[in-house]
Amino acid sequence: MAVSLQLPGWIEPYARLFRGQQPGAQLAIITRQLGLPVLGLAVFLLLWQALAPQVQTTLGHLPGPAQVWSQAKGLHQEYRDDKDRELAFYQRQEERIARMLEKSPGAAVPPLRAYTGNPTFYTQIATSLKTVMSGFVVAAVVAIPLGIAIGLSGALYNAVNPLIQVFKPVSPLAWLPLVTLVVASVYDTPDPMVPKSFVTSLITVALCCIWPTVINTAVGVASVSPDLNNVSKVLRLNWFAHVRRIVLPAAVPMIFTGLRLSLGVAWMVLIAAEMLSQNPGLGKFIWDEFQNGNAQSLGRIVVAVITIGLIGYLLDQIMLLLQRLLSWDKKSVTR
Amino acid sequence: MKTLLELTQVGIEFRTERGPFKALDNVNLKIAEGEYVSLIGHSGCGKSTVLNIVAGLLKATAGGVVLDGREVDEPGPERAVVFQNHSLLPWLTAYQNVELAVKQVFRGRKSRAEMAEWIEHNLQLVQMDHAMHKRPDEISGGMKQRVGIARALAMEPKVLLMDEPFGALDALTRAHLQDSLMDIQRDLNNTVIMITHDVDEAVLLSDRIVMMTNGPAATIGEILDIALERPRNRLELADDPRYNQCRQEVLRFLYEKQRKVENGGVENNDVGNDSDGDNTAGGPQRETAGAGEGRVVTAVGNKRVA
Repeated sequence: MAVSLQLPGWIEPYARLFRGQQPGAQLAIITRQLGLPVLGLAVFLLLWQALAPQVQTTLGHLPGPAQVWSQAKGLHQEYRDDKDRELAFYQRQEERIARMLEKSPGAAVPPLRAYTGNPTFYTQIATSLKTVMSGFVVAAVVAIPLGIAIGLSGALYNAVNPLIQVFKPVSPLAWLPLVTLVVASVYDTPDPMVPKSFVTSLITVALCCIWPTVINTAVGVASVSPDLNNVSKVLRLNWFAHVRRIVLPAAVPMIFTGLRLSLGVAWMVLIAAEMLSQNPGLGKFIWDEFQNGNAQSLGRIVVAVITIGLIGYLLDQIMLLLQRLLSWDKKSVTR
Repeated sequence: MKTLLELTQVGIEFRTERGPFKALDNVNLKIAEGEYVSLIGHSGCGKSTVLNIVAGLLKATAGGVVLDGREVDEPGPERAVVFQNHSLLPWLTAYQNVELAVKQVFRGRKSRAEMAEWIEHNLQLVQMDHAMHKRPDEISGGMKQRVGIARALAMEPKVLLMDEPFGALDALTRAHLQDSLMDIQRDLNNTVIMITHDVDEAVLLSDRIVMMTNGPAATIGEILDIALERPRNRLELADDPRYNQCRQEVLRFLYEKQRKVENGGVENNDVGNDSDGDNTAGGPQRETAGAGEGRVVTAVGNKRVA
């Protein structure tokens, strides 16, 4: 019992099958939880392979799964090549320094020059992740206190709610020009710590993904059971203790729900923001491929699309894991 | 014994969309130190309102409550409340729930070690020391209510207020908790106000039973002294004619004199007032008696089960 509780649920039928408990029933479960998704995927791939050549574009027909796979391998190869070049670059420098020291042992050693190759597919992914996490963290840092304040005060809720409802559906594409112009004039230093395009993307992401966390936090705080509020009153908890001991923990499950939604929105928004703000990342990668338009571009774009989907799914799973670890309400997590 | 708690002319009016609604009127009650008082009445009669006024969670619009020479005007731990649905913080263990209260009440008065001892002592009192590091969702309803009682006792209240503490429990669990409570009460001799709608519970636990009339403008109808000596044993009392007489008294009040009329609105008021003012036999009165007898049988049936 204790062991099966620690294992993820999907392993259980395999464990039972291994122990020989009702093998028929276990096989049925395995078919349902593994067989059917595999079947769905297979049907999808077959349809894709069959239908893609029918769609003609100026860059040739849409790539099928096989072409996309070869493009994925190509992108990986580019990364390997780049790594080799980087290694060779540093090796050359070290050899040069070694030779220099041989000639005149006391000479001052010049610092190593950094390698500046073209960004590879993986660096694009890393940049995108960095941008989305920065925007998401900024949004969360603002959204949670704001949500708590709105949830606690009915007056503030009434004052702010219309604004939230209006700003919530605004597309990142609408914010972006405004944000770009503001960043260009406000963040105007000759030697910026981080590139402007990064700041623009970050703010756009934060502006768009802040709302689910604000709303869910506010709802979580406002729906603290009146009984718990009465407990707080009987104990004469002061305002600060009331928020820390009662309100915040009670709202934690809803805060996590909001954060999960926000991270999903942030990832969606980021790709669009990167495309338009020319911030390096997956969005820019797609945009560049679209602009370059050669025979490989379509395949590479599809690789990027699938990557975006997989990373979005991974981010969601990570949030779910965090929620499981940190939230007291284990029941609300299973959704 | 000296009067610890005094309710004088307490009344409360709620503002509603259809104008003011007078829920309580002219409630007068004196409770002595160490006395166990039950409030009984039909649902909606305002007994919870009385308790909430004493707790300070509601403010009386007329009259006032004086506890130990001081007027009650806000909630506080010297009037600890055991809520009907336990109201434990679900993210804290039983121990931590009691700890929150103990830290708040005894801050600066007890050392860390003394607090830990006091928390464990109170959990032992309600026989929850074996599961004190479990969270509310890991323990049964009866256990949660035990922890709720431990939390309230740990505040060392002058008056312990209990709002239908066992109302949500099954009959067997309820009987267990009643026995536990009687044991605790024998040692601590707390002053208690308990709301209940269970006649047996009221008779078994109380020194006095305060019977409330139906609302609106509910007030105290009758007060019954339960002169049964303690400790009380539910099995022995089942055959005790004095016990049964007490039950009869309460049942008669609830089902003859203050029959609950289930059709709401203005009519409800009229009928209620009728039977209030005119307790002699009449048209509606005979119906009442019939309904009352039916319920008496049910109540006795319950008793046998418990």
